[in-house]
Amino acid sequence: MDAIILQILNGLDKGSAYALIALGLTLIFGTLGVVNFAHGALFMIGAFCAVTLQRILALSHEVAVPGETDFLGNPLMRNVPYVYDWFGEAAGQTIIEWSVPLALLFAIPIMIAVGVIMERGLIKHFYKRPHADQILVTFGLAIVMAELIKYWFGANPIPAPAPPAFTGSFDFGAALGMDPNTIIYPYWRLVYFGFAAVVIAAVFAFLQFTTFGMVVRAGMADRETVGLLGIDIDKRFTIMFAIAACVAGVAGVMYAPINSPNYHMGMDFLVLSFVVVVVGGMGSLPGAVLAGFVLGILESFASMREVIEFMPGINQVVIYLAAIIILLTRPRGLLGRKGMMED
Amino acid sequence: MLGLSAKDTRLFLIVIAMVAFAPFLMNPFPTDSAMAQFNAGYPDLMQRFVIFGIFAIGFNILFGLTGYLSFGHAAFLGVGSYAAMWVFKLLGMNVLPALALSIVLSGLFAVVIGYVSLRRSGIYFSILTLAFAMMSYALAYSVLAADMDGPDQQGMLQKGLTGGETGLQLTLSDPRVLGQSTTAEGNIPVPNLFGIEMRDATELVLGNWAFTFSAGYYIAGVIMLIAFYISIRIFRSPFGLMLQAIKTNQTRLNYTGLNSRPYTLAAFVISGMYAGLAGGLMVAMDPLAGPERMFWTASGEVVLMTILGGVGTLIGPVLGAGAIKYMENILSKINKDTLYEWFSFMPDGLEGLLVTMVYPFVGKGWHLTLGIIFMLVVIFLPGGLVEGGQRIRGLFGRKKKTETDTPDGAKSPAE
Repeated sequence: MDAIILQILNGLDKGSAYALIALGLTLIFGTLGVVNFAHGALFMIGAFCAVTLQRILALSHEVAVPGETDFLGNPLMRNVPYVYDWFGEAAGQTIIEWSVPLALLFAIPIMIAVGVIMERGLIKHFYKRPHADQILVTFGLAIVMAELIKYWFGANPIPAPAPPAFTGSFDFGAALGMDPNTIIYPYWRLVYFGFAAVVIAAVFAFLQFTTFGMVVRAGMADRETVGLLGIDIDKRFTIMFAIAACVAGVAGVMYAPINSPNYHMGMDFLVLSFVVVVVGGMGSLPGAVLAGFVLGILESFASMREVIEFMPGINQVVIYLAAIIILLTRPRGLLGRKGMMED
Repeated sequence: MLGLSAKDTRLFLIVIAMVAFAPFLMNPFPTDSAMAQFNAGYPDLMQRFVIFGIFAIGFNILFGLTGYLSFGHAAFLGVGSYAAMWVFKLLGMNVLPALALSIVLSGLFAVVIGYVSLRRSGIYFSILTLAFAMMSYALAYSVLAADMDGPDQQGMLQKGLTGGETGLQLTLSDPRVLGQSTTAEGNIPVPNLFGIEMRDATELVLGNWAFTFSAGYYIAGVIMLIAFYISIRIFRSPFGLMLQAIKTNQTRLNYTGLNSRPYTLAAFVISGMYAGLAGGLMVAMDPLAGPERMFWTASGEVVLMTILGGVGTLIGPVLGAGAIKYMENILSKINKDTLYEWFSFMPDGLEGLLVTMVYPFVGKGWHLTLGIIFMLVVIFLPGGLVEGGQRIRGLFGRKKKTETDTPDGAKSPAE
């Protein structure tokens, strides 16, 4: 029992990341009809927003420590981050430690800007082009983004630690009345799962309960008719693209403490996220979220030692295997709408 | 000639000439000049040009003609590599049986994958092929590398079928029943074609120029010419027309009562066999096969090559393969010192500025250049380098433009 709970929990954090990226992909596909291969790169840019903010906060200047000298008799110098000067030492230190959650505020405007520039500057010209062209140009864009990040930040992963309040692990076993130390789960992953749930709920609520969301949903169903009603649907779809970029970006920010950001993380996640989207059903938002969590948990179960001993290597192929089976038995994916790219 | 139209014959003869004189064409700069690092005429790189040319020609038969975008073609390259490797290990070092088995095995593999994947089209087909290729990669990387018969069986099966992460290598204790396990000097024998070793090369020194003629390159080149010829025949055949009809409008084709699946499957298998042949040749030139050849980035690379050169054109994929491999090998060798040398004639401030501006695009950053060029090609030149060439020619010889325009669908973007 405890092993099963542990595997489900382990699957949740990866599943959350898959679900968030797949949600954004589906938003873009459903509204603009564009297959965006650069979406993983947006996730990566989000993660590097966390790294950047961490570096900005750590900017420091040298200050002489009063009353102390080094061995040459000069005044002893000490690096003091600027935030210490502005907010006082204790508050400054807290700000630095909380740089990853703070990076959310930093990342949202950046991601919106990136999303709008991408849509207006590039994707707009590809609405009328075939899907293969869209895949190819966004694939090229993904390469360019990954290489730019590699140029600025280097090829090695850069750690971005979680705030100290969340660095420990939560003992689920004790909390559930089972033996302590059987189910241990890092706090940050719980935070990540909760965060993903909030973001997903917010996106759904936005689409469901606001007038803007209603227009967007109408546009997804029949773009032309909405346009004929005198609504500037293009503008709203641009905003949806920015929102989708934002979702991928904040997913990346919060993922930074789980896996140190590197320049190829976008591509790694993109391939799996596409599998997730297709399994969930192209164009279905609930399908993307469901498939994200299902495949994340499936992957985690396949990584159990007992399963691997029984079927070696299954942990690496299980997602693809599931995708193949679902695509062949249920062509439109788990929750796909009938007729949506169903060929 | 050989059943080709006059225009195709001309193209084929040009390609033959290019392959034959590549050691000269690729080495335009004297060896001691500053430009010598732009020379691509060394055997290793020229072999890569033709081998990836074969890979891209095969991919183009599937993607260029039918419009099915496979994102997992590297799986066949890997299967071909492993197959050739096992022939070298078990049978002998002659490359012909190795290449034959590469083609046959990757063809069979393509039948299985194609039969399943081709039930869907569009993005679903891309994802299915990607999934199969990634599964093959994972299997080659871990599962098939497990000990099969224990470590003490001649040391041959120690690392399983694929050798796992380190890849499959030749050892002195391989049986090689038709050849010899070790040479007289006690070395591992070298891949050969009836005694002509792949690494044989003669050097011709003409003044400041040095040209290398490698046996391996010419053998691979001849095979590429055969592959290119077959691809021309496929493009011009009724079968090729049928594939183009699938690309244009598959639904309409189905409504006329034609079952298009056997045609797409045939195209898929043929292009898989081309990929297997390329994989076998890679092993023949450098006897080592690793799982990274099946990773999806390798599949992405052949897509880049085909698009860059020109989808659906005959010569495009070869040009694209050449361009990308040239960038990979030449551009990536330029480092900061080289840049400072080039710009040294300028005033200091300007020199530093230029080096800082150019540096991100060369050396380790060559992928950035590749990505930018690729995006520009997809946006402005959907027909790739071939279309670019035609446009330039159109600018100069306006009269001929209508006649020389491509009949093989370069103008219509891929779907």
